[in-house]
Formats: sequence, structure tokens, C-alpha cells
Amino acid sequence: MTKQVFTEWQDQPLEEILYECRELVEDADFPTVRRWREAGGKVVGHFQVYFPEEIVHAAGMLPFKVRGAPIESVQADSRFGSYLCSILKTSLELVLSKRIELEMFVTHPICDAARNLAAVWGRNYSYPCEILYLPQNANSNFAAEYLRGEYERLKRGVEKIVGREITEEDLRHSLTVFNENRALLREIYAIKKESPWLISTDEAYVLVSVGGLIPREEHNDLLRTVIPLIKKRTTKPQDKIRVVFEGGFCEQPPLDLIRTIGRSCYVVDDDLLIGMRWILEDVPLNGKDPLYNLAEAYLEKSSYSPVQHDLRKPKEKMLLKRIENAGATAAIITAAKMCEPGLEEQVAYTHCLDDENIAYFVSEFEENMTSFDSLEIQLETFVENLLFD
Amino acid sequence: MSKNVLDDGVVGRGNKDGAALFREWFQELHQVAENEGPSAYVFVMGSMAEILRVFDLPIVFPEITSLQMAVRRVAHEYLSDAEDYGYSPDICGYVKADVAMQLRNGEHPMGRIPKPTIGVYTNACNTYIKWAEIWERMYNIPIFTFDVPGTRAAGTQTWPGDLDFENDHRYVLAQTKELIALCEEITGLKFDIDKLREIMGHANRMSRGWKRVLELNQSRPSLFNALTDGTIYLGVANSFRGTEAGAKYFEDLVEEMEYKAANGIGTLTDEQYRLIFVGVPCYPIFRRFNEMFTNLNGTFINSTYLWFASGGTNLGFEYDLDRPLESLAEGILINVRDAMDSMFFQDRILIDMIDTYHADGVVYHPIKSCRTTSTGMADNRRALMAARDVPSLFIESDMMDRRVVSEAQLKNRIDAFFEGLATRKQQAVIAA
Repeated sequence: MTKQVFTEWQDQPLEEILYECRELVEDADFPTVRRWREAGGKVVGHFQVYFPEEIVHAAGMLPFKVRGAPIESVQADSRFGSYLCSILKTSLELVLSKRIELEMFVTHPICDAARNLAAVWGRNYSYPCEILYLPQNANSNFAAEYLRGEYERLKRGVEKIVGREITEEDLRHSLTVFNENRALLREIYAIKKESPWLISTDEAYVLVSVGGLIPREEHNDLLRTVIPLIKKRTTKPQDKIRVVFEGGFCEQPPLDLIRTIGRSCYVVDDDLLIGMRWILEDVPLNGKDPLYNLAEAYLEKSSYSPVQHDLRKPKEKMLLKRIENAGATAAIITAAKMCEPGLEEQVAYTHCLDDENIAYFVSEFEENMTSFDSLEIQLETFVENLLFD
Repeated sequence: MSKNVLDDGVVGRGNKDGAALFREWFQELHQVAENEGPSAYVFVMGSMAEILRVFDLPIVFPEITSLQMAVRRVAHEYLSDAEDYGYSPDICGYVKADVAMQLRNGEHPMGRIPKPTIGVYTNACNTYIKWAEIWERMYNIPIFTFDVPGTRAAGTQTWPGDLDFENDHRYVLAQTKELIALCEEITGLKFDIDKLREIMGHANRMSRGWKRVLELNQSRPSLFNALTDGTIYLGVANSFRGTEAGAKYFEDLVEEMEYKAANGIGTLTDEQYRLIFVGVPCYPIFRRFNEMFTNLNGTFINSTYLWFASGGTNLGFEYDLDRPLESLAEGILINVRDAMDSMFFQDRILIDMIDTYHADGVVYHPIKSCRTTSTGMADNRRALMAARDVPSLFIESDMMDRRVVSEAQLKNRIDAFFEGLATRKQQAVIAA
């Protein structure tokens, strides 16, 4: 597959590029995925949070990040109970409404609801629908070896779909592409942290988010183009407080909500789409074997989230570290409605921030929410209290 | 079997002895709490009792202590305390009740519950992990995630000798050894493999018995109510796993059920409708909830609860005592995986249950508190309806929170369901 699926941004000035990215992220018909398929490409949908996209990429397929959408859950509602997060329903709605067509669907044991998705999906579609059992005991000495075996199993499944073997060379090439991608994303986040006036919260978000909708080579082209343009901006710093946003690891807040927050504060770090930035360093291309290196990176060179338990990474301590590293003075602690891990973590976060005397703003969101007035007023009051304290 | 077996109290013995054992277990925990002794907090799906008992660690099942608060009608007080502490109304009620109990220094309607010395939990329910993290923060204790990979896709279970099974098995075996090392560290006791073998032998007898008890309820009339009697058996299966008392209890229970089967002694005097229950019971109105069915001559002959909440013991898996560690790891993997299958991939299991138990209907009970068991139920029901011509009922409530239990609404739905069952029966007679 060499056909480009997202060309609208090319040869455009920065503001136009950002506009096109925003349009793509908000388009619930996922035109880039459709174009990929029209050109004969195959698609693996993977649910939040982290997925080893390199394995699918190495087979020449498009790894598509399934993260719900701001759409009405018309058909999917009849497949689920009442007390569930929105992302679960809208993700299934994407396929039931034929907005997205897949060759394979993979979910993860990130939470009790998400794990059920493989069975629900599998009862509705005949293509492979499975759970990738990422290790929940990150502290076991055998975890990396086990995960290598699990990746090998996934690789065999993907090979069956494409009808060819994925070679070590294919994998090393994919690791190179994704290493570059992660490095570019780190650059975006470095700008957010060091010069947050150069890139707004929602701009950074769409630039990251687009990566889950297009081939990673195209994403790299896009980021390589926009980063120098962002750095050249002459925007002046404003008297805004620096905050860390926490709670966007799975269901995504609406873009307007992110924009609303950005109007009041500089979001200097966050966990939005953390799965795309989960691995913090380059995955080595040499050594034992590419699959093992990828598995080890998941465990040993990675970020944190409420859905991964690792004794070395108590979440509230990791949040404090994130706040400190980003030079933030406050935190916005959110959770998607009905998101059990997110809601449980909120308690740990807020108690810890109380102990550390760090100001925070607590909120819940839903991907389908459309009114932000009340949240904006509350947030502005919170910010004013801090500014004039 | 002679008639005087009945006179000797065989019939009803399972419930009587089960209740006594259960009280004994709570009493023991109360004593441990009073003496500030050590305890291990574990969960029903993969309790690791076989390992923990080697180190003489008293075992606390927070799911059971929590549900007892609902059965004893005090859950709302505990839920309210936890919500005041910061927990959302939208998370698991078991977790909140336990948090409040910890904040109340172990105060429980059945006695005092000791604080944890260690938390051991599988990934069969993700909330187990978040729950244990709370104890870790509260008490600064070691917690151990025993990660048991489940079935990846419907109908794709792997078995010994298969490449993927062996990868999972090596992972589970490694964790078994790591848990043993942790237990040695916290108790100061050396691991005794012969003691493990003995405990596993008790567990084998229990597994054999549990499987047989479930099978025997294929009898007509059914011998026990899976919702009420079954919950008593389940309590013993969990809290006495790996003990002589637990093994003997299930052997006695088999004897009782075989006697009842041979003599046609059913759980209802007039069994009209044989039902399967899917999900977790409605504990806030436990007795009345069941009566809504039994008063209309319906009884529960089996439930997915008796499968997953026994941690997969329903399979009757027996350990090979000649290679205890390897076999223990194999058993943990197969049993816990089966418990997860009973929740995530239950449509196939239910189809089989309908056929073998001759069920007249299926009752789905999704609950607000539990996404693990409830998320896929509606879709499951669609699949079941497509596969079998059996009526089903879908009623939502909760296992802890009486605020989301609407008794009148439940009754209306259940009554209407039974009207449908009756009509169906009449039509079948006419058609015949």
C-alpha cells in the first residue's frame, strides 16, 4: 500500500493544516480509513489504550485506533446494558453503522467493560475478534517473555489475514517508522511543555490524534512538516496557569471541551491518547528479537495509566511526577462517565493532591457532550482563585 | 439407600452444615481481627487458597463480606460512607462497602474483619486490581496480581501441548513460584510442598463434588435452587477450599443430592418452570427476589454465578499430585479461564445448559455494580434467542445498592414473564 489517504494538508500553511487535521479528527465517517480500503488495503481495529501497532503495520495493514466517536449509539444500544461508558457503545456503533469496516478487531483487558467487547463484537462479525492479553502482572520476571509469546500469537493471526509471513525485516522496518513517530510526538509534547503559547491544547491533540487514522509514515510526514512551523510562530505568552490534564487515557473528551480548557489554562502535559505515546523511548532494533524488544518496551520503557497495574508505578506518585516534570501548578482530574478505573483513580489522585497541597479541578465528561458553558464557568472560577490567591 | 438416611438428617444437611461452616469462618476471622493476626485478602475467581493455606494465612473474601452487608440490609450505610470519602455512585458496590468497612476498622454485621497482610487477586475481574490498589495505599501492604490469560476469542481455548497454552502456562507457573516466594517473605515460613500436596488433595475432592452436585440438578424435579441453596454451597466452596472440612462438606452434599434424586425430592413441591439464572443475585432483597420466581412455581436449576463465582471449580478439574506446582499452575489457568468464559463467552455455555438441564427459560440479571458480568448480557441474549427457542427475561438492578433496585418494577416484569411461560406451555399441550 503506497497510496496516501490524507493529502488535504499538503502544501498548506500551518493554520490550514491544523484546520484539516481538526476536520479529520471530528469526521465520524473516517474518510482516511475508507480511502485505505478503497485502495485495496486491510484494516485492524484496535481498542484503546495500547496496542503493538508495529505488528499490524509490518503486515502492510492499517492499524486503526478504535476510540469511539461523538455519534449516537442507535444499533449498539441494544447490545449493551445501561450502566456503561459511551466509548464502548459508539465503538461498536461505528461498525454496525458501516462507518468502519475491518478485517480484525482486537481489544484488551484494560477494564471489565472493554474485555467484553471481543465477545460482543465476535457474535456480530465473522472476522477475527479477540482479546490481546497484555500482561497485568508487569512485575513478574516472566512478563516480557510471556508478552513476546502473546505478540507471536497475534502475529500468526495477522499473517493468516494477509496470507503471508511477517519477517523480522518487516518488523524492524515498522519499529523504525514507529520510533520516529514517537520521537515526533515527544517533540510536540516538548513544545507544549516548554512553550505552551506556541501550540494550543486542541491543536496538539488533533496532531496526535490523526496518527490513529492514517498510516504512520504519513503521520510522520505531517509532523515533520508542522513542528518547524509551530516553532516559528510568534505568539506571545499569556498569563495562564500551567496545568496537567488527567483522565483522557481511553474515552476521549470532545474537542470542544479540550478547546474550552485551553482557553483558561496551558495544558502542559496530559494523558490524552496515552496509548500512542505509551512507549517512552526508541524500541531497540538490535538485540534478542524485534518482538521481544517491543514486549520489553511495553513493560520497561513506558508511561502509566489507571488501567495498567505496576508496583513500580503507583499512579498518584506518577501523577505528581508528571506535574513536577511539566512545571505545572495545578491539575485537572477528569474521568469519562461510567469509567470504573478512571473514577476509582480520581479518589487516589485527589487524596494525594490534597496531601501535597496541589490545587485541582475535578470533572467528568462524555464524548457525546455538547454543552460546556457550565464547565467553563467552573474552570474559570478555579483558575481565578489560583491566579488571585 | 435406606429411608432412615432421611431421618438421620441427610435432606437439608447441605444448607444446615453450610450455614454453620460459614458462621465458623466468620468467627475465625473475628478472632484474627481481635488478636490483630495476619490475613490474606483474596477473591472468588482464583483465590490461590492452595498456596495461602500452606502458609496458614487466614483468608478473607471481600466480595463475600461485602455481599453479606447487602443480605443483612446494612449495605447502604457503608456505600454512603464510601461515597462521602470520594467514591462515585457509578463504581462497584462491593468495593465501596469494603472501603467503608476498612474505614470503620473492620466493623461488619457478622463480626470484625481483620486488616489485610497481603492482597492476592487475579485479573478475572479488573476491578480486583483497582480494589487491591486501595488496600496497598491504605495499609502499605504487598499486593500480588496473579495474571491468568483468558480465552482470546469465542471457542478458541487451548490445551496442554498447544504452543499458546504452554506460553500461558509458563507465565502462570512463574507467578505461582513468585507468589510462594512472597508468602515465605511475609510469613517467615518455609514453603512445604507436602503440605501443598495435601491441600490440593482436599481441593480435588471438593472439585469432584462440586461438579457432581451441579450435574445432579439435571434431575426432575430439581434438587436445589441454584440462586439460594447454590449461594450457600458457593460460600463453602470458596471459604473452605483446600480444607478437609470443605472436601467432606461436598462429599456429604453429593450424598444428599443423590438421595434426593433417587427419591424424587425436589426443591419445590410443584416445579413448573425450570430456569437458568445469568449474573449476580440481587442481594439487597435476596429472599424476596427469589420468591418472585418460586411463588410462581419457577426454580433456578443452574446459574452462571455457580460457575464463575466458584472460580471455575464447576469443571471438576483435579490436580496431579505427583507434579504439584506444574499441575497447580495448569489448574489455575484452566479454572480461572473457565470462570472468565462463564462471563464473557457465556452464550455457548447457556445453550449447552438449556439442553442438558431441560430449561424452560433464562433470566438475565445485569447489575449496575458489575461491568464484568453485565456488559455483554444484552448481546448474549440476542445470540441465545437466535440459537434456541427459549423465553428469556432481562431485568436490571444491583447486587449491593438498594437505590437501583425497584422491587415493584421487577415484580411486574417477572409476572409478565411467567404469563408468557404459562401461555407457551398451554400452546405446547394444544400442539401435542
